[in-house]
Amino acid sequence: MSDAALAHEAHEEHPTTTGLNHRKILMWAFLGSECIFFGSLITTYLVYRGKSVVGPYPDEILNIPLTSISTFVLLMSSLAMVLALAGFERAAGAGADEERKQRELKKGRFWLLMTAVLGTGFLGFQVFEFYEFVHHGLGLTTNLFGTTFYVLTGFHGTHVGVGVIWLVSLLVLSYFGKVKPLDVELGGLYWHFVDIVWIIIFTLIYLIPS
Amino acid sequence: MSTEAAHTDEAHATTGHYVRIAIILTVLTVMEVATYYVDIPFALLIPLLLVLAGMKFGLVVAYYMHLRYDSKLFSGFFFFGLTIEILLLIALMVLFGIRSG
Repeated sequence: MSDAALAHEAHEEHPTTTGLNHRKILMWAFLGSECIFFGSLITTYLVYRGKSVVGPYPDEILNIPLTSISTFVLLMSSLAMVLALAGFERAAGAGADEERKQRELKKGRFWLLMTAVLGTGFLGFQVFEFYEFVHHGLGLTTNLFGTTFYVLTGFHGTHVGVGVIWLVSLLVLSYFGKVKPLDVELGGLYWHFVDIVWIIIFTLIYLIPS
Repeated sequence: MSTEAAHTDEAHATTGHYVRIAIILTVLTVMEVATYYVDIPFALLIPLLLVLAGMKFGLVVAYYMHLRYDSKLFSGFFFFGLTIEILLLIALMVLFGIRSG
């Protein structure tokens, strides 16, 4: 093992004052701040809800069946993500049983790939939705609905995009033996957070009539 | 994740467990979408949708993000941000509600 790898491993095993992993604490602190970030965007949408003076209005253009499918796709990506983490954890716990380790690692990689594919599918739905809205005359500056809708869902979509890049990076790095279960768990926490933000957005924007 | 925490997770959550959570999430989503097509009084619709979304939110955070089994410190970081945001949302909704009469 190289010096750098040894130093990295020593750092990972280093006891902390809280007994908790620092990277994981950092991730939860980051997610707490992300709550405030997305909450501010959601609040802005709700405050300006129903205050557009020109159309198109939400009831005229929101496509509930299409968004329901994309919501389902994102929910299933969360399932794929936990299965990926379970695979990597089982591989790490396989010990000297190399055959079992490789089998579990393969499962972990498969579900990681599925998560990225489903995330990309969700982004495809969002791009289609944006295209349709623009086609119906709703731009970023058309009215208050357009501005608050595009900013909120656009930032969410960007987060999904970053998540997909993160997942693909983990997948590629796993083939070089550089991915530990904690790395997958941190990516998973981010991914599930993106999912719960959409759970709220779907209810508040799409399902509650304005 | 510490080894101890990993073992705790493993003891509490299996693949079948995760799939059952996904099925519950799907059922809740179907119920949510059904409210769009069924004529439900507005006063009942809002609390119903918020409860359904809250249940989905709670399930993902508790089981998929493992907060149910993990350190309370992680929950503290997350719910601190969430609480600030909910208070901000209520304050601004009330403020803008008063302003618009």
